[in-house]
This record gives sequence, structure tokens and C-alpha cells, in this order.
Amino acid sequence: MRKLSTRRRHPLAGFVVLLMGLVVAGGMYAAFAPKPATAEEASARDIEAGRQLFLIGCSSCHGKNAEGIQTKRDGNYGPTLVGVGAAAVDFQVGTGRMPLANSGPQAPRKDPEYTAEETRQVSAYIASLAPGPAIPADEYLDTESVSAEGLAEGGEFFRTNCTACHNSVGAGGALPSGRYAPTLKGVDAKHIYEAMTTGPQQMPVFADTTITPEEKRNVIAYIKKIQSQPEYGGMAGGGHGPVVDGLFTWVIGIGGLVGFAIWIGAHGARVKK
Amino acid sequence: MTTTETDAEYTNIEDTGLGKKAGGPVQWLDDRLGLATISKKQVRKVFPEHWSFMLGEIALWSFVVLLLTGVFLTLWFQPTMTEVMYDGSYAPLKGVEMSAAYASTLDISFDIRGGLLIRQIHHWAAALFVAAMILHMLRVFFTGAYRKPREINWLIGVGLLSLGLVEGFAGYSLPDDLLSGTGLRFVDGLLRSIPLVGSYLEYFMFGGEFPGDVIIPRLYMAHILLIPALLLGLIGAHMLLLVYHKHTQWPGPGHTEKNVVGYPMMPVYAAKAGGFFFVVFGFTALMGALLQINPIWAYGPYNPSEVTAGSQPDWYMGFSEGAVRLMPDLEFNLLNYTWSMNVFIPAVGAMGLLFTVLGVWPFVEQWMTGDKKDHHLLERPRNAPTRTALGVAGMTAYAVLWMAGGNDILATRLNLDIFMITRSLQIGFFVLPVIAYHVTKRICIGLQRQDANRILHGYETGVIERSPDGGFSERHAPLDPVRQYALTTHERLPELTAPAETDKNGVAAPHGRKAKIQAWVRKRYYHGALDKPTVDDVHHANEHMAHIDGHPVELGDDFQGVSETGIPRVH
Amino acid sequence: MTDLIEGPDTSEPIKNPGLQEHQERPQDVDPKAADRTERQISAMFGLATLLMLGFCVAYVMIDKDQTFLGWSAMNFTLGSTLGGALLLMGVGIIQWAKKLMGDHEIIEMRHPVASSTEDREAVLKDLNQGIKESAIGRRPLIRNSLLGAMGALGLPAIILLGDMGPLPHGQRNTVWKKGMRVVNDVSGTPIKPSDLEVGSLVNAEPAIMYETDEHGEHVLHGKELLQAKSKAAVIVVRMRPEDVTPAKGRENWGIDGILCYSKICTHVGCPISLYEQQTHHVLCPCHQSTFDLADNGKVIFGPAHRALPQLPLAVDSEGYLIAVSDFPHIVGPSYPELARDQKKLDKKS
Repeated sequence: MRKLSTRRRHPLAGFVVLLMGLVVAGGMYAAFAPKPATAEEASARDIEAGRQLFLIGCSSCHGKNAEGIQTKRDGNYGPTLVGVGAAAVDFQVGTGRMPLANSGPQAPRKDPEYTAEETRQVSAYIASLAPGPAIPADEYLDTESVSAEGLAEGGEFFRTNCTACHNSVGAGGALPSGRYAPTLKGVDAKHIYEAMTTGPQQMPVFADTTITPEEKRNVIAYIKKIQSQPEYGGMAGGGHGPVVDGLFTWVIGIGGLVGFAIWIGAHGARVKK
Repeated sequence: MTTTETDAEYTNIEDTGLGKKAGGPVQWLDDRLGLATISKKQVRKVFPEHWSFMLGEIALWSFVVLLLTGVFLTLWFQPTMTEVMYDGSYAPLKGVEMSAAYASTLDISFDIRGGLLIRQIHHWAAALFVAAMILHMLRVFFTGAYRKPREINWLIGVGLLSLGLVEGFAGYSLPDDLLSGTGLRFVDGLLRSIPLVGSYLEYFMFGGEFPGDVIIPRLYMAHILLIPALLLGLIGAHMLLLVYHKHTQWPGPGHTEKNVVGYPMMPVYAAKAGGFFFVVFGFTALMGALLQINPIWAYGPYNPSEVTAGSQPDWYMGFSEGAVRLMPDLEFNLLNYTWSMNVFIPAVGAMGLLFTVLGVWPFVEQWMTGDKKDHHLLERPRNAPTRTALGVAGMTAYAVLWMAGGNDILATRLNLDIFMITRSLQIGFFVLPVIAYHVTKRICIGLQRQDANRILHGYETGVIERSPDGGFSERHAPLDPVRQYALTTHERLPELTAPAETDKNGVAAPHGRKAKIQAWVRKRYYHGALDKPTVDDVHHANEHMAHIDGHPVELGDDFQGVSETGIPRVH
Repeated sequence: MTDLIEGPDTSEPIKNPGLQEHQERPQDVDPKAADRTERQISAMFGLATLLMLGFCVAYVMIDKDQTFLGWSAMNFTLGSTLGGALLLMGVGIIQWAKKLMGDHEIIEMRHPVASSTEDREAVLKDLNQGIKESAIGRRPLIRNSLLGAMGALGLPAIILLGDMGPLPHGQRNTVWKKGMRVVNDVSGTPIKPSDLEVGSLVNAEPAIMYETDEHGEHVLHGKELLQAKSKAAVIVVRMRPEDVTPAKGRENWGIDGILCYSKICTHVGCPISLYEQQTHHVLCPCHQSTFDLADNGKVIFGPAHRALPQLPLAVDSEGYLIAVSDFPHIVGPSYPELARDQKKLDKKS
């Protein structure tokens, strides 16, 4: 308690108390506020709510009617979102890539700025503009029920279509000009699915017509499996392969053994004469 | 009083119970093999002691670990590319078509108890084997231990290193996983790029078009029979020559070109070297227990239409991979043939250049210095500035290629543009070694100056004195003779004389042009290097020191200067 | 000890002070310290024995599916007991050598590496006598014919390797043929243009890889399948037709922005499918050669020299994508005869 009483007079103490109050109040509100309408009622009300959110948060780049904004030199300031579908919005906003914090080679994944409910409303609004890839149904995200054959098949699709960019354990990889294929670690099954159907940023589209929803589910099951299974052989270098093995060889292996050699060659304690 | 038994309490082995029993058989053997004559000089053979003399031992013991673990792996590994349906216990690949080589490697990893451990020890030991060889070679290079009469042993070492790379690469290719298959695909492209005969080499090596079904059995034969046999033979020759030449030693009190000072083989070196084997084996076993290496199950079976981001060779081929990544697209058609210099130069050329340079270096240096003497005392790197600078320049070039071999990992880990990394390293490959050469040479010469100063003016004691007229100065004290000696053991620089243009009859010397080039090169080689003080220099310096030593404050015999924290160091 | 130094060397500024006086270790002067060290070393050996017994217990008791810290428990336990035991043995033995074995440095004189003049002369004499007795100098016919036979011995040795592989053939062709369907890799399903939206990528193969004969057996399998795949694998992409800038003669190789390229890098043959749908670039993960698919597969970065070969596409009567012919350009890494083979292909088309 002594600690608390000495810090009570700290110049920042007031702010801390204020902050704690706000957090408590916010939490209470979240806990007791009326629950929103259920998903089935994704209705005119959601679309309208989504449109309002869009106008505030997105329209400055994507245009008031999501028609996109062209720059003078025929570039895209923000691309049109007509026809990208609910899946694209759910992926971009749900993984925090949109809204974009600052321009760079590509939009990084970060903590989402919109709640799940708000994301759903914006998705509903964009989906209402023109048909496009929808948010996947739960049955295609249920990776637990995938059979052994399905898992193996998912692996074959994964190695054929995904590992070239995302690496064999989904650790990510380099692309030209500072762009990269992001890691797949900790990505929701839903977002992986949506990335395949919508092709965000430089990623190509793997539509349901070429890789079926069941095949996609198998791919996701394989990704989840290899990322949740044990690292059988011990500490792994993050899936980065022989480069990290080489680093361990020199730093730990040679470092340790040269240490032993130095000990063997050292003179040791002597009696003072 | 010592802990070793005194003569009185020690019983000679021939008088112990066991000794009496073994006497007969030992004599039987000696009658037939002459054991005593062979081992007469070896039992108490002297080896000098220094940690850097044990780097080659790390390589030797890693090789023994490789042999032991390799034998275990051959009990289950199936070196064939026959297609099988996997039915082992690794679930994500169940029912997948793959080669028997890959399936049996999965079995070793998942269904043979201890198999994964032995596989990982084998792989770590391989990575350490090459690393220790390179480190050992660097030690030999930077201390000049390859000089006459040891040039042949240096060449054997170069052969061992090159074979080690091939052996490692063959092993990396055997499991037939996606990574190793990608490596073989690269070898295929490399073979094809060899001018004129490329296609023939490819078809003969792979038994037809890539990938065929014979490459793994063939590599297996090379990996477990041909190359290990060559390695064993060369290691044997390497060790025999080491015994015959006797080990080099660092210069020091009592050490001369004509003797070797150290501990006897029996018992000290037998114990230290034998103990070190257990240490190396134990250390690699711990690495195998704690650090995952080459998780082949994660890569999947080889399929020529699949690849994974971050496809790399093992570290020792990284420089070659990097050279291929840095090379511009130099390919052209000439005389109705295609010449893929974009692959041939970096892949075959870089490797060839490295081993050629290593192989000829001792002879090139001999030609440059004109030094034909035997050398058994090592040289400190600073006392051969040009050699050291060239070595560091070579290491820098190697490091640039090495980084280029992992440019994609660098790009993703450090959030850099991969094209920018490649462009910078292309420039760096030419610029950085030159900078490294000059910086290293300056550092060496600076260190030589410092050594000369310490001999002539003593060392800085850290004691600040104030003179009667108010000035401050730091007091210097002479080094003790052992240290002084250690700083002057290197050889004096040769006198650089211009070659005679004409012989004594006034006729132009027959090899005049060649001799002129050699004289110029020699001048460049020794340029800037500082000679050690002469007898006169030291004599004058001592007189000077004696003169200033009549100081009011006596420092005492034990005094060794003042440390950075102001505490007097006492011997 | 200065008697080691050979005569006075006037050029040496500092005289060799000779081997330094031996300094005793605590174990040399204090029997208690030595006994402590002995106990310490024996404890290491004892522990090593226990660990090896632990290794055996672990081998029998641990199930191979068990995990520990997210690692295989078997691998961890076997490795750490074995490694620990070996390390303890090694450290114990070395400690014994360092602390208890005699540690007086001894001096051994070197002998000249070169042979003595007498030895050289004796060997030379023997050699000469041997050569003389062999009469090799007087009978050059024997010498020369033997040398000839020795040289000829190389021929069977080399010719014997003749069957290591066939002579190069068929490098310029792949299994693609006129009318062969382009099918999805792994699943083997054919592709309709309407399946692909702009930005799509399909990793595809020629249909023959999934064809079966009348017995239900795959037409291609094992070695043939892998060899076919290593040349015939393709990627199909769709971009906006206005983004494509076809070279002369390639205007009708695509269908509404659907283009098909070889998946095999022209550098050293890695499969290449790191396709960026907005830039239309495809990057090779092995050596970063980058090709522009909107611009006829031209190389825009990296060590590859030749453009990525394009496969001309058409649609069959059922509306599926098919090849118009085999690749008009040679697929895969370059080889010496490529220039010649390419000319033959050009002549054919």
C-alpha cells in the first residue's frame, strides 16, 4: 500500500484514474447495452447502418458511393468496391488491413478498428451494391470434421497453390518491391477462405469455381493442422528453413563447441608462487 | 608433493596381474606387427596446446558422429524413387503418393523410436562438420600454418572441404522432399548450363530427363560409399602428415623453429582429444534433442510443379546459391549453341574459383615473398598485413554471396525490398572486399605500430604524473621480458632489392621481365608493413627508460599498471 | 633453460627467455583439493551412467505420440539423456586431464622434414639400378606399347558408363498437344473461361496427366508423370483484356484476358507461381527472376534470360480451355542445343 500512496501524488495520477473510469464505464456499457439484431435480419437497417459507417470511415478514399476515386494520372486513389462482395469487406476490415493507416508497399494486418458488428454492417452495405463473393457459410469453416483423406488432399492443394508464396508451413515469404505474402499463423479460417475467394491486394483469386468450397475447407484444415501439431524435433526456426538452421549451426553449434575448445586449452587455476 | 603417483607406489603395467596375463598376447602381436617400434615415438609425442588447434578436431569428431549416425539411418532408409502410398503415422500425408525414399524418411522420423533424434544429430553434425572445417582452414590461413613444409596438407584440406560440400549436398538430396527435390532441380539447371556438353551430362546423371528415377540411388551410393571412403582416406593422410610434420606452435618463451613444446600424447592428449569426442557427440545430441532441423514432413513429397517460399540449400551451399541470385541475365546464342553464362559462371565458376584460389594460394604467396624456408612457428595475423587483408577481403566477398543466398529471408524478416537487397549486394560484391582489404591492412599496421611502441616505450601504466612546471604526463613502464619477447618473435622483413637488369657479363638477364614483375609484387606485398625494432632500437630505448626511471615514487616489482577503474594491477 | 636457443642471434632485439618456470595447480599441492576433484569427476561419470539408464527407460516407456513443451517427448528425452551423458563423460575426462594428470610441459626436438642427402643418394642409386635392370631404356618398344595399352585402358572405363543415361532427346517438346484440355492441378477438373474472374490464378496441368486407359490405370505414372510435369505444368491467369499487350502474332493466344504460361522458370527450372494479380508479375521463389505476364512473359528482373513461354489457348466445343499446340518456345532451363532446337520449332510453326 505504501507504493500506492506514494504514487497517488504523481502528476499523471489524475489521468490514470480518469482512464480507469472510462474503461470501466465502457465495459459496463458493452455488457449491458441492448443486443443488436440477429444475422438473419441483415436487412435494410444493417445496410443503412453500414452506409453510415462507410461514409464516415471509408468514403474519403473509396468515394461516397463506393465507386472508387481516380487520381489525375489514371491511378487508383481507392479502388471501387462495387462488386467486391461482403467477403472482401469482411477480410479487409476484419483483419485490420482497412482502414489503411498509411500508404506503403501493402496494407499490413493489424488489430481491427471496427467491431464485428460494424464489420458485418459495412459488409452488408457493400454486398447490397452488386453481387460478389459472400462470407463463407460455417460448414466450410468447420475444419474439425475434415476426414484423413480430406486433410491429405488439402495438403496437396496447399502445396500446389499456396506454398510458393506463403511457405510450406505458412510462415510467409517475399514478393517484389517490398511486398510480401503474409504469415498464415493465427489467421481465422474465415479470413483464409475470404482471401482465397476475393484475392486481396496482390494475391490472385482462387474462386469457388476453380477450387470448390470443400477443397478450400480441406486446405484450411491442413493449414490449421500443420500449425497446431507439435514441433516434433524441438525448437523450430519459425519455418524459415535452412537459413535459420545455418544460423543455429554457427551461433549455437560452433559457438558452443569453440567455447569448449577454449576451456580445454585454458591454463586453469595456478598456485601463486 | 604432486598428485601423480611417485615411483615407489606405482606398479609397472607389466608387473600387474592384468599385465602378466596380457603379456603373452601382446608379445604375440609384437612378434608379428612390431608394435613397439611403431609406437616408440608416438606414446609420448608432444602436442602444443592452444584452443585454436582444436577446431580441426571438431570437424574430425563430427565426421565420426556422422559415420555412427549414418550407419543407423541406412538400416531403414530406402534409396529408391519407386512410388508408394504413404501409410505411416504422420496423419497429414496419409494416403499421399510419394517415393519410397521420402516415405522411409518419414518412417525414420515418426515410426522408428529414436529415428528422428539420430536423423537430427546426423544433420546437425553435417552442418557442423563443414563449419568446423572452414573455421579450421581460416585459422590455418591467418596464422600462416600452411607454409612450407605443410603445403600438401593444405591441399588435402582443400580437397576435404570440397568433398564435404558435395557429400553434404548429396545427403540433403536423399529424402526426396520438396526442398531436396528443388535442390536437385537446381543441379539439373546447373548441369544443363555447362557449355556444349550440358545436355549429355544431364541425361547421364539423371538417367534421362529430370527427375528420372535413378538420381537418388546414385546419390545414395556416392553419399554412403564413394565420398565417405575418399573422405576417410584423405583424413587419414591429413593426420599422418600432421604427425610426421609435428604440429606448429605459437611463438613464445622456449618455443623455437627447432622444437615443439607441449603435453604428451599419453596421457594428456589422449584424454583431452578423447574427451572432446564425447563433448562433440554429446553437444550434437543435445542439439538434436532441442533444435528441430529440416522438418521434411512439413515440406511434403517432391513434385516438379510445387515449390515453397524460402527454398534454400543448407548453409554451406549458400554462397553458391547467392552467386546465382546476384548474377545478371547473361545468356546468348553463338555458333548455333546457347551459352547460359547466367547459371554457369556463378554456379560452376564461383565454386571452381573458390577452390582454385584456395589451392594455389600457398604457392602464390611463396612466389610473392620468395620465402623458401621451413616454418613451424605461427605468424600473428597482424604481422602479415597483406595476407590478413586478402583473407578478410575474401571472407567479405563470401559473406556478401552468403547473404544473397538468403535475400528472401532477409527481405521478410527485416521488411526490406528484395530487389533493393539484390541490387545493393551486386554492388557490394565488388566494393566491400576492396574496402575490407584496405581497412584490415591499416588495422594490422596500426597494431604493429602499437607493438613496437610497447617494446620501445613500455606500456601505459595509467599513473598520471605532474611535472614541476605543471604539465601532466602518463607514466610508462617497461614490459616484462616474456611479453617483450612475445612481441618480437616474428620474422624480420626481407630486404627488397631490385633485380639485376643484366648479369655480370653485361648481358640482359634471361628472366629479367619475370623477375621485375616478381620484385614489384613483392614490394606491394610488404608495402606498409612495419619491421620489428632492431637490437640498437631496443638498446637506446632501454637507456632512455632507465634514465626516466629515477622517479620519486617507486612502483615496485609487482606493479602491472592501473586498470581503467583506477585499481592497480598486481602480478 | 636458455640453452635451448641456438647460438647468439644478433638480429633478435629481445632474447628468447626460455621455457617459463612450471607453476603448480592447487591439486598438485593440496591433496584435499585433488580428492575433491576426483570426487567431482567420478560424480560426472556416475551421473552419465544414470542418464544412459534413463535413456533405456525412456525408449521403452515413452509413447511416440507423447509431447513435451510442444515437442516430441521421445525425441526430447532420448536426446537430452544421451547428450547429457556423453557431455558429462567428455567433460569428466577432460577435467581429469586438466586437473589431475601430470602437467609439466615437455620439449620434443623437431627433425628436418626433408630426407638426408645420403638417403636421397641411396634411393637414387637403387632406382637407377632397378631401371637399368628392367631394361626399359634399351627396349623402347616395350615401354611405348605399354604406355599405349595404359592409355587405351581409359576407353573401356569410360565406354562402360555409356548406359548411365540415354543421349539427349525430346527436350524441345512437352506433352501438350493441339486440343488437349487445360485442367486444374490436383483435382484434374477442366476449366471454363467463365470460371475465372479477373485476378484469378489457376495452377494447371495438361489433361493427359489425369487420363486413364481402358483398365482404369493412369496413362502417365511414376517417372513418366514426373518428367512430363517438370516440363508441362502451367499457370492460367485472367487479367483485364485492356491490360494485356500481346506481341505480334500472339493477339489470339489468350481468351478475354485469360493467358496461359509455363510454370517452369527459364533460369534453373523452379516452378513459378508467385503471381501478383495487380502488377501481373510472377516471381520465382528460388532466384527471384521476375516475369511480366501482361507483356508476353518478359523478364523484368533477376538472372533468367528467356521470357516465360506462353501456351496459346482456345475453347473446345464444350466450352473448356484447350491448348492450340505445344509451346512455341522451349520450356525450362537453357541447354546448349536450345538455340538449334528453337530454330527447328520456329520453322515448324
